[in-house]
Amino acid sequence: MNLEFTAEEKAFRDEVRSFIENNYPQNIERAAVQDDMSPEDMTAWHKILGEKGWSVPAWPEQYGGTGWTPTQRYIWSEENARVNAVMPLPFGVAMVGPVIYTFGNEEQKAKHLPGIKSGNTWWCQGYSEPGAGSDLASLKTTAVRDGDDYIINGQKTWTTLAQHADWGFFLCRTDPDAPKPQQGISFILVDMKTPGIEVRPIKLIDGGYEVNEVWLTDVRVPAENLIGEENKGWTYAKFLLAHERSGIAGVARSKRGVEQLKEIAQHEMLDGEPLLQDMGFATKISQLEIDLAALEITELRTLAGEQAGKGPGPESSLLKVKGTEIQQRLTELTLEAVGHYGTPDFRSFPADGSNDFPIGPDYAHSAAPTYFNMRKTSIYGGSNEIQRNIITKMVLGL
Amino acid sequence: MDFNFSDEQNMVRDGISRLVREQYDWDTRRAVIASESGWRPEFWAQLAELGMLAAPFSEEDGGFGGGAVETMLIMEEFGKGLVVEPFIPSVVCAGGFLKHAGTAAQKEEYLSAIIGGEKVFAFAYAEPQGRYDLANLTTTAKKDGDGYSLNGHKAVVIGAPWASHLVVTARTSGGQTDAGGVSVFIVAKDADGVSLRDYATVDGRRASEVYFENVSVPGDALIGELDNGLPLIETVVDEATAAVCAEATGAMQVTHAMTLEYAKQRKQFGVPISSFQVLQHRMVDMFMEYEQSISMSYLATIKLDEDEAARKHAVSSAKVRIGQSARFVGQSAVQTHGGMGVTDETAVGSYFKRLSIIESEFGSVDHHMRRHVKLTAAQ
Repeated sequence: MNLEFTAEEKAFRDEVRSFIENNYPQNIERAAVQDDMSPEDMTAWHKILGEKGWSVPAWPEQYGGTGWTPTQRYIWSEENARVNAVMPLPFGVAMVGPVIYTFGNEEQKAKHLPGIKSGNTWWCQGYSEPGAGSDLASLKTTAVRDGDDYIINGQKTWTTLAQHADWGFFLCRTDPDAPKPQQGISFILVDMKTPGIEVRPIKLIDGGYEVNEVWLTDVRVPAENLIGEENKGWTYAKFLLAHERSGIAGVARSKRGVEQLKEIAQHEMLDGEPLLQDMGFATKISQLEIDLAALEITELRTLAGEQAGKGPGPESSLLKVKGTEIQQRLTELTLEAVGHYGTPDFRSFPADGSNDFPIGPDYAHSAAPTYFNMRKTSIYGGSNEIQRNIITKMVLGL
Repeated sequence: MDFNFSDEQNMVRDGISRLVREQYDWDTRRAVIASESGWRPEFWAQLAELGMLAAPFSEEDGGFGGGAVETMLIMEEFGKGLVVEPFIPSVVCAGGFLKHAGTAAQKEEYLSAIIGGEKVFAFAYAEPQGRYDLANLTTTAKKDGDGYSLNGHKAVVIGAPWASHLVVTARTSGGQTDAGGVSVFIVAKDADGVSLRDYATVDGRRASEVYFENVSVPGDALIGELDNGLPLIETVVDEATAAVCAEATGAMQVTHAMTLEYAKQRKQFGVPISSFQVLQHRMVDMFMEYEQSISMSYLATIKLDEDEAARKHAVSSAKVRIGQSARFVGQSAVQTHGGMGVTDETAVGSYFKRLSIIESEFGSVDHHMRRHVKLTAAQ
């Protein structure tokens, strides 16, 4: 039993580190909230990685995966977090891609996988509806077969970054009379330029527009866009959610977040000393670091299991719950740390371009919006309560 | 990166697991802790015979070439059965001092007897005024001819009633809380001037208040360097802390399983209480605490042989996390058992009590949090 990287793993780390140093676009920094970045900036690194052949490391090699071990993928995410890299969005790479190569036909693979790898096709996820959140299987959007097409009608919501999307994957009800709601659902790929689709951005509590309502009115989609079998979509949807949860722990990024929090607490003063020296605040940071260490080793144990041939199981629910709790706690503490200058709304700052009289330190601007925004993490991807239900069923056997 | 155990380690785990399952059932343990001596010397002899007391020692020290991982595996299984026998005081602590700093003669005389089970040690380090500060010592050892004369009072010395010998920390120079001036001695329990007040502990073990009054020990009773014993003590206590962390994971696993079983059987409102989501989620939280405790037990164990800062950082991280988990899992188990959880008749109460004491053993959550904060600031 050891936590050491092997010589090969260390060599791999050096290789990816130097690739990142030499190729990561220097002008692209992560914005406080995603929609403050241009779509070009959000996909820039994805496109570079696509050319290098590193954009979909977890995929099977025959579809363009790198063949890296879980440990190498862990090293890869650590190294990217070191530079706070804006990583490929998950909707294509981690969600629909695996569904397509696992359940799609050859035409669908040939048509869609290259654009996901290259970063040229932007995907969005049409799952949630106003009446179907945690109870996803109660979704009402319908797809009715009409000759060689489906006609889709309904409304999706919380569709992340759909305003930029070229394609979407949608769960639609194709058999309203199925005995169980899970049995009448199909998984359909939709070109977002199809007539009848309207994307309406939703303003979130951080002031940004990260998610959308997607209205579908008589949207005519070729039947060849159906993935797998009709009415079997729930199986594919669940497969996707398990994939989505692995890596959701965000350990590498949270580690970087802790370092940033410490830097802030080193600048902020309390009784003439850095806030970091205050036993009360330092204890909160230590607790966060300790919990993060526990999460990290738990994730490494899961990775080791994966390396030994066990697929991502219900442990990924644990990683999701604890990972998001830590991500949220990090943003709470950052907002606490910045004190008064958590209050001004940076979106309202005078646009005179003058830096002569800056409003508070730069690091304070994103503290409140990030805190507000990150409340989403315990809600999305299956709320943390739903994750507990999954563990109840899959681990406790109840 | 590797979380697998070697074949030899798996054999240790399987062997100890079978022994605890077969010989440490709940009723047997109850009878043993209620008996006059409070332990089973014959069980100890059996552990020695099976080579379990040799598991964490190198071959040149008379062991099987194992180390901290073997201790972890043994203590995890001990935790599952709430084994009271003094593996940590005698093997991990006394054995640890001898392993790290014993002379050839000391190893010859004591370590082989610890491994053979003939000599049983207790570790007398805590004092009434010192809380968890290992250097806060009023017990003194004054130079006296070729040897030393010990005076003082050691608090809650676990396993002392069963011990033949004690490892004692004492001040040989400096002020009461100085890092320098601390030394470590081996003292026979039957030496003149040693007196004990024995008692039972709330978690089923036995301990003593130990008093030293002009106790003469020879010069070769000193383990390690004179006046510079603190780093050695910290090393050994960190190893013992990792061991008690492993014990906690074993106890938590059983506590969780027991709670799940009870919830499935207990009916209220006409249905098993395990069908209530509020209890399901609490049991999920117990499971998550347990899983993360396993991770931290691994981390502490793996880092024991690294440099001092890394070792202390990992051990304190683990003890904080496991102390918090032990409290949550123990309390949740009692709560889920309802009235049965607070009776003396159910096993869950005993697991809760042991977990509650583990919380503060070798330093409370607050103590290790402070150490973590200081180590972080020093980085």
